[in-house]
Amino acid sequence: MGPSGSGKSTFMNMLGCLDRPSAGEYVLGERRVSDLEPDELAVVRNQKIGFVFQSFNLLARTSALENVALPLVYAGVGTRERNQRALAMLDTVGLAHRADHQPAQLSGGEQQRVAIARALVTRPLLILADEPTGALDSRTSLEIMALFQSLNREGMTIVLVTHEADVARFARRVLRFLDGELVEDTEVRTPDDAAAMLAGQSASARTAAQATESQAGSAAS
Amino acid sequence: MSLASLLRLALRALAINKLRSMLTMLGIIIGVGAVIVMVAVGAGAQAKVDEQIRALGSNLLLLTSGATTSGGVRMGFGSNLTLSEDDAAALNREMPEIVAAPALRGSAQVVWGNSNWSTIIFGVTPEYLDVRQWALAAGRVFEPSEMSGAGKVCLIGQSVARQLFGNADPLDQVIRIKRVPFTVIGVLEGKGQSLMGTDQDDLILMPISTARKRVLGGNIAKLRSVGTIWVKMGDAQDSKATEEQVRALLRQRHRLQPGQDDDFSLRNLSEVMAAQEASSRVLAILLAAVASVSLIVGGIGIMNIMLVSVTERTREIGLRMAVGARTRDILGQFLVEAVTLSLIGGLIGIAIGIGASLAIGSLAGWRILLSPESILLAAAFAFAIGVFFGFYPARKAARLNPVEALRFE
Repeated sequence: MGPSGSGKSTFMNMLGCLDRPSAGEYVLGERRVSDLEPDELAVVRNQKIGFVFQSFNLLARTSALENVALPLVYAGVGTRERNQRALAMLDTVGLAHRADHQPAQLSGGEQQRVAIARALVTRPLLILADEPTGALDSRTSLEIMALFQSLNREGMTIVLVTHEADVARFARRVLRFLDGELVEDTEVRTPDDAAAMLAGQSASARTAAQATESQAGSAAS
Repeated sequence: MSLASLLRLALRALAINKLRSMLTMLGIIIGVGAVIVMVAVGAGAQAKVDEQIRALGSNLLLLTSGATTSGGVRMGFGSNLTLSEDDAAALNREMPEIVAAPALRGSAQVVWGNSNWSTIIFGVTPEYLDVRQWALAAGRVFEPSEMSGAGKVCLIGQSVARQLFGNADPLDQVIRIKRVPFTVIGVLEGKGQSLMGTDQDDLILMPISTARKRVLGGNIAKLRSVGTIWVKMGDAQDSKATEEQVRALLRQRHRLQPGQDDDFSLRNLSEVMAAQEASSRVLAILLAAVASVSLIVGGIGIMNIMLVSVTERTREIGLRMAVGARTRDILGQFLVEAVTLSLIGGLIGIAIGIGASLAIGSLAGWRILLSPESILLAAAFAFAIGVFFGFYPARKAARLNPVEALRFE
């Protein structure tokens, strides 16, 4: 994490093989990728990396299923297998019932979950998420973080860029950037559990709702 | 990505901006439509010219009597009948490879029963039908005795037959030409309009001696003079050389000194036809130029819209690159889109072109000739335009930097 202009996005682009470092080297999954040609980098991105963006970047007027299947198109996977895998991935993020919906018909949280499914569909080594909750309300943000945490517990490496401490507290390791420098690297033994917080919120919301209901009931009597 | 999925992708992208796609195609539609119409009309006109050349008879020379000069006023060709039947006879005798047919021309009022009609009378020899390659629709040609004895018989053209007889059978009927009764012994086949638009079937043929003695005789001073001599050259002959031989023979017979002007005119009708053909070809080239300008403008329109589309979809391109699209995937996507645009335009243009050609054919009464080659050519042209003008925008898209493309607002 870090403020604007701290260099976290550049770091991210480098990790994502979107940009090449001007000096130094980058080894991803035992492969040196820092001096590959653009088309070779495209293949690395396709196979090893999943991207999640702040603005979702889903293709408009294209169904959720096709959006999720997009990386498989460039991987050369046949239509039938593509659709099966995309549907399975939508099921993982809990959106199998929305497979035929277009982005405009989905809520922000749902769109981001489709984007996450798209990032996961090629079974990458790591997922890069650039301010994934930046365009979402706090409750939906919590849902997305819960999803990331459960993926992480299953062994997926997730690199998340944010400038909000509220988001960073769910991470097991926090890197702090300032003016292009890495200034802090902290291991977090017990990060906050987004799913538990979500459950707690729901419970308190239910209690609040019951309270309102009973008030309304007493007002009526 | 497979071609089929690229095509599906392109169609979907074009369908999103239907009006824009349609307007972009308009240039191609007009260009291709114009090519189809142009080729159809051009080929039709060509076929008609060919047919008229065949109708006139190929390799014809037309000799016309020279001009009179009376008191310094020159009267134009044919006003002084310098040619004669003897010239024609001499040509036939001296140059066996050609056929010369003298013709004496006049006009007369023709009457049959209640109907009458003004038409052109030709006094001819039997060679005339050969030279003009004119067959009979019914009846028979002149007999030698009728030729020598000024027989009162005639052949009538289709138009005359229609005007005088209507649906009745003209054969063996007696008509009056300048109050002289003639028996109709035959009807000529229809030749239709000449290149100059005159009705070639509106005429009556009779033996030249009959015409001279019984119908036109009073006006003509010289005994055997004629207005025109038609000369048919053999197909294989060098027409220029033959022309010069004919000229030399006539100059000699007319006792013209070297340096003196011809007292007749000699025209090669095949050359007239060739000139007509050339002018119709010029017209076709002109139309082709207009059509190609339209196609180029249409191509520029496609390029323009594709550039707009690339800019609009920069983020999409960035995303596609991020999830693994290679340079050739993006290039292919936009190239296929441009080609799809121009090909659909081309197909619509072909449909409209065929429709317009048929409409022109039935409304204006022009002959049209639709050839599959021209349709294939137009489609190939549309394809080529799409590739040519779609390549630059597609390359621009493929060369985008993914980081910048993703950040593009």
